[in-house]
Amino acid sequence: MNPRSLPSVHTPPRWEPATLARCHDLGSDVRLFEVRPDSGATAPYTPGSHLPLQLEFDGHPQTRHYSLLEEAGDAGVYRFAVKRLVHSRGGSEHLWQLAPGDKLTIAGPANHFPLSFANPEYLLIAGGIGITPLYGMALALHRAGKRLRLIYVSRDSAREHFATALSALGAALEVYPDSASAAPAIQRAVAALDPAGEAYICGPAGLRRHVRALWEAEARPPWALRYETFANGGERPEETFEVSVRNLGISFEVPPHRSLLESLIDHDIEALYDCQRGECGLCAVDVVSHEGSIDHRDVYFSARQHAADDKLCTCVSRIAGHGRVVIDTRRQGIRD
Amino acid sequence: MSNRGYPLNAWYAAAWGHEIQHRLTPRTLCETDLVLYRRSDGQIAALQDACWHRLLPLSLGRLDGDSVVCGYHGLAFDPHGRCTHMPSQETINPAACVRSFPVAERHALVWVWMGDPSQADTATIPDFHWNADPALAGRGGTFYSLQCEYRLVIDNLLDLTHETFVHAGSIGHDSITRAPFDVTHDERSVTVQRWMLDGDAPPFWARQLGRDVPVDRWHNIHFEAPSTIIGDVGVAEAGTGAPQGDRSRGVTGYFLAALTPETATSCHYFWNFVRDHHIDDPNWTEYLHYAHVNDGQGVYDQDKAVLQAQQIAVSKYDRPPFYNLNIDAGAMWARRIIDRLIAAEETPPAGEQTSTPSVFARQA
Repeated sequence: MNPRSLPSVHTPPRWEPATLARCHDLGSDVRLFEVRPDSGATAPYTPGSHLPLQLEFDGHPQTRHYSLLEEAGDAGVYRFAVKRLVHSRGGSEHLWQLAPGDKLTIAGPANHFPLSFANPEYLLIAGGIGITPLYGMALALHRAGKRLRLIYVSRDSAREHFATALSALGAALEVYPDSASAAPAIQRAVAALDPAGEAYICGPAGLRRHVRALWEAEARPPWALRYETFANGGERPEETFEVSVRNLGISFEVPPHRSLLESLIDHDIEALYDCQRGECGLCAVDVVSHEGSIDHRDVYFSARQHAADDKLCTCVSRIAGHGRVVIDTRRQGIRD
Repeated sequence: MSNRGYPLNAWYAAAWGHEIQHRLTPRTLCETDLVLYRRSDGQIAALQDACWHRLLPLSLGRLDGDSVVCGYHGLAFDPHGRCTHMPSQETINPAACVRSFPVAERHALVWVWMGDPSQADTATIPDFHWNADPALAGRGGTFYSLQCEYRLVIDNLLDLTHETFVHAGSIGHDSITRAPFDVTHDERSVTVQRWMLDGDAPPFWARQLGRDVPVDRWHNIHFEAPSTIIGDVGVAEAGTGAPQGDRSRGVTGYFLAALTPETATSCHYFWNFVRDHHIDDPNWTEYLHYAHVNDGQGVYDQDKAVLQAQQIAVSKYDRPPFYNLNIDAGAMWARRIIDRLIAAEETPPAGEQTSTPSVFARQA
């Protein structure tokens, strides 16, 4: 076993040293972080951008991405808000242990979730801490005089902070405490959205699935539904599960803070991958059999393909229920 | 601090409207490759000319309806740059898109906004209404990929002293170098004004006036940041009141220049010259067109030779490129305004957040 960090083959980040300038609790479990690049220069970025951080915990170097809040840049700092998630991949717990003055490794902001300004109307739907990329988008659209609606579903302790910060939106902002109370509003908003409008979602997988189903029911073009995945936010908590690689005769456990892809590579099993966000499908392997349920967290496979349960994206998907899975890593490609 | 010599938050001319049809037209603006095309509803689309997948220029692909299909693997992008088709999969990667640029057609030109799209306000497109004024007539053109950086052209147009030397025999005249001039400026513009009273008219103007008599001649050159210039130039019979506003015994031409950075050392120069006389006579239109651009013989051909030679020298010599003269005041104000616009883009304004009280703001 040889733990290592998986470099992105897609856009190799240029890492640079930085310092945690300040942290500030926005609620009991949501903390604002201000990170100052040691070079003193923050790069400009557009709404929807995230900051890559290289962290080291559990003995592994790990890369995490956090959506930038819009106000950053003015004071030579990058600002992002993180929710503490105990049953997650460990990034937030690690950040919680940091104190101002601690050293960090960051890369310049990148944007995989770019906002257009050319559409006649915008619907933004945020779930929980998923507000962070949409926050800057909403303010930018508002300033540009665009028609927009932001539905913010959250029980987060930081909800009031964000709602107050977005008060300039007036009636365009709707805040709901949970998905049940938000469901009618989301349904109405999707139905009423201009046919040439776009929707942007950031939030848990369940919210994304819910909106995607409404979107398809309205026969709207799939590319007008914009979302970002952060390789987290599955239906089920992160648990240890057991993997057997049938073609190699190797078995091992995947711990909660490690992806199946990372574990494969830790065990010197050659694996193809690219995006590490469940988008490109290159890391998908055949599922020979499984016990427990497959928590499909990718957006590469269609609902039909997920239901078949015969492939899974190793970079994000997991087995829930302390289960096990037998995979075969020899084959890529599509099969009906 | 970058070495970029132009602001991005600006409307830059990318093409004449009639040049953009329902086909893929590649064009480089501000060191960024674009592909332009007209949609079936008449609107124009401007996308980054590089497929998300493998960076092949999309302009090497084809249009399918209003979408661009990459000529390599068939990924399709709608006019907003959203990927609408990926081969061999049931879904579309949500990250897949190419950048789209705000674009608008106004006063015969296609203008593209290369900067922050949230600041693209079509109300700030440069006023080129002279291009479409029914009381005026003319036919312009473009020097695409003129091999000099765009500010050299601004320098050229903001001081017409050079007419005497570069354009001797057509619009040049010794009186230009003798006449006093005024340079005024504000936050976004510079105006250079020069009157040459009671002299003979150079051949270009004598022909338009139609009589060889002493004239009062004027140059009113107006620069709007970052890169457009409108020149109001002409002659009237001397002493008939032109300096006081009466041009009834004269002829006026407006030259309209939109300069678009292409690379750090090249630009696109969109030009037009419209006249207020004989506006229904196509012979005059052709004559004045060829007076400017005529297989190397026109006035702008002469400028092109000077500007390109100057750019080569600027790139070659290891000294500050310019020592300045009194006559350079207009160009120097223009460059200072441009520098300010560039600097403002590199430092986010502190006042940007005043519209929204921030709960995240640093506490003292």
